[in-house]
Amino acid sequence: MLLLIPLLPFAGFLIDSLLGRRLSKAISGGLACLVMIAAFGVSLLSVLAATHGADHAIQQTVFNWIPSGDLQIPFALRVDPLASLMILVVTGIGSLIHIYSIAYMHEESDSEYARYFSYMNLFAAFMLVLVLGSNFPVMFVGWEGVGLCSYLLIGFWFRKKSAADAGKKAFIVNRIGDFGFILGMLLIFVTFHSLDFQEVASRAAQYAPEATMGAMTIATLLLFLGATGKSAQIPLFVWLPDAMEGPTPVSALIHAATMVTAGVYMIGRNAVLFQHAPETLGVVAAIGTATALMAGTIGLVQNDIKRVLAYSTVSQLGYMFLAMGVGAYAAGIFHLYTHAFFKALLFLGSGAVIHALAGEQDMRNMGGLRKALPITYWTFLIGAIAIAGVPPLAGFFSKDEILFRAFSNGHRILWAVGVLTALLTATYMFRVVFLTFHGERTRTPDSGLAHDRSAHGHANHLHDAPPAMALALIVLAVGSVFAGLVGVPQVLGGSNRIERFLEPSFEVHATAVRPGSDQGQTPLEPSAEHAVTETTEWTLMGISVGVALAGIGLAAYFFLANRRAADAMARRLSGPYRLLLNKYYVDELYDAVIVQPIKQLSTFGLWKGADVGLIDGAVNGVGAAVRGTSGVLRRLQTGSIRAYAASLFLGVVLILGWYLIG
Amino acid sequence: MVPLNYYLVLSGLLFSIGTAGVFLRRNLITILLSIEIMLNAVNLTFVAVGRYQGTVDGQIITFFVMTVAAAEAAVGLALVINLFRHRETLSPDAFTLLKW
Repeated sequence: MLLLIPLLPFAGFLIDSLLGRRLSKAISGGLACLVMIAAFGVSLLSVLAATHGADHAIQQTVFNWIPSGDLQIPFALRVDPLASLMILVVTGIGSLIHIYSIAYMHEESDSEYARYFSYMNLFAAFMLVLVLGSNFPVMFVGWEGVGLCSYLLIGFWFRKKSAADAGKKAFIVNRIGDFGFILGMLLIFVTFHSLDFQEVASRAAQYAPEATMGAMTIATLLLFLGATGKSAQIPLFVWLPDAMEGPTPVSALIHAATMVTAGVYMIGRNAVLFQHAPETLGVVAAIGTATALMAGTIGLVQNDIKRVLAYSTVSQLGYMFLAMGVGAYAAGIFHLYTHAFFKALLFLGSGAVIHALAGEQDMRNMGGLRKALPITYWTFLIGAIAIAGVPPLAGFFSKDEILFRAFSNGHRILWAVGVLTALLTATYMFRVVFLTFHGERTRTPDSGLAHDRSAHGHANHLHDAPPAMALALIVLAVGSVFAGLVGVPQVLGGSNRIERFLEPSFEVHATAVRPGSDQGQTPLEPSAEHAVTETTEWTLMGISVGVALAGIGLAAYFFLANRRAADAMARRLSGPYRLLLNKYYVDELYDAVIVQPIKQLSTFGLWKGADVGLIDGAVNGVGAAVRGTSGVLRRLQTGSIRAYAASLFLGVVLILGWYLIG
Repeated sequence: MVPLNYYLVLSGLLFSIGTAGVFLRRNLITILLSIEIMLNAVNLTFVAVGRYQGTVDGQIITFFVMTVAAAEAAVGLALVINLFRHRETLSPDAFTLLKW
């Protein structure tokens, strides 16, 4: 049954890619949606079966993939609580985004339309393989596959150079991370002689967390390098903002809700391993926090609506890594899950705005869209409130859980930075809301038609999201409101069900290692919860809420009530403003430090030096040497018979002399 | 009976004279004649050594050499006549076209 989950979208991919040219839009798009919904149904059934099964998991070995001596790798799929959450997110939100795409991509030609949906289905198939894989190589297949689909979809409008470049950038930057992933995988095999997640975890668990071998730290660091590539963390985050060149539903599905969370998922999947490498955890937490803060500040000043959302994604992913780094795996995955809802919602909402404005993405040319696009406005607003962390929407519970864990596990500085980032989050999200939907439209639609797709018929009158898009928006908005309720902490009278649900995934088989004892239940979560009193928890929660509201207030002051103040502020702080607008010059820095030297080395060292100089030189040198020698030797052939006869005679005399004397 | 050494010395002498002729003379016909002298010097050696050993092998080979020499003279003279028609000279230094 598990195999069916990735196989359904894959079948959709095969049909759409092979026959897509001949299918009408209704069939190719409908088929793609249908297989996703079917996959969602199968996922639901599997999850139900898994939760009632023994040790909360079901596993299916499809075939023995790599049988080679010590290395036995079955192609095995496994649903445990962590994977169940992920497959539900991927297929559920994936289905909604597919439905949304039916309307959003309607202007493409039939074959392009089918190509789009075949890529989307292929992506879903690979993502499900990534999530369901029960060992590293199977996960890696999915990992590479989603990278490929990401590349294909970013560069979907490949006739536009910036889109093609962005696709290449994403692909190449991800290669660096994947390189780390492979090395980490190999090191794990060498150390533990297994690549199965559970076996690796149980073998790693035999060491005390303090008695970490260096190998484990290095292996986890390498895996984390892979995660930074896929999940757009420092230093490999530069590809994600550029990835916004792709169609907006792609940004929503791949670059917000699912693929970019693969790194977080991978760390959650190997929680035991990371738990035994405290140094790595420190690095993870630090990088996550730094990324969250940096991306948040950049998001504050960007003008492209999708780029703001992209930096917001990077920032929220930073939060998840912060959670992973402080050992709050369940909280990180919880945030991943709520984030999938509201970030997909925000992206789809921005897509609806872009769709209505016929391709306009610059927020400075928007404004006052509240009345024209009511559905989009209200759903977008819900998404913004959710991400800002206002209770009782989804973002509040997950974000607060992360901050609380960071605080209670003793990472006060990380907590402070996290709170600051929360303030930034609320501010930049409501800046988007106010700039886009409130105020007056600063430019007429006609003057702002700087976009790639041809201006379609309705450039003059704004229209709200068509039914397929509206459906996706509304369902996601409902999700953004209620998704957090599965993780209400005890102090608010909830039971934090999601944490209890996910727990089995983050520990070694409790039954196998420490039979049935309570200590076995929470070996990873230090009992710090008891160290922090309820009052503290209430205080922290209050701070979170206060910060969120303060952020919204700041945005309201600068971008709603008094827009001149924002401009004045930008002028007064022109230095930092320009620094942020140019994204800390990271792209330029990478260009100068990495790209240009490689280019120079390739051009002057490898191309003109090694290839032209050395290899061509050797070939041409042999030719020249032969010619030179022949030029000298040919003088011996005089054509004079007597000279030949003389040399012959001389030779005979010499040989005879040799024999006679010797 | 004349000792073998006398024949060999005479034969070496004749061969040297022939060789010197080949190298020093500037006339193709004279060169051909010099080659004949060299061949006959070798013939003399064969016959002398055959006689010395009491066999007829040397004399048989001599007949072969004489046959080949006759053929060689025929071909050589034909070539010389043709060359003369080309260049109006018989000096071997005039015929050095066969080079790169």
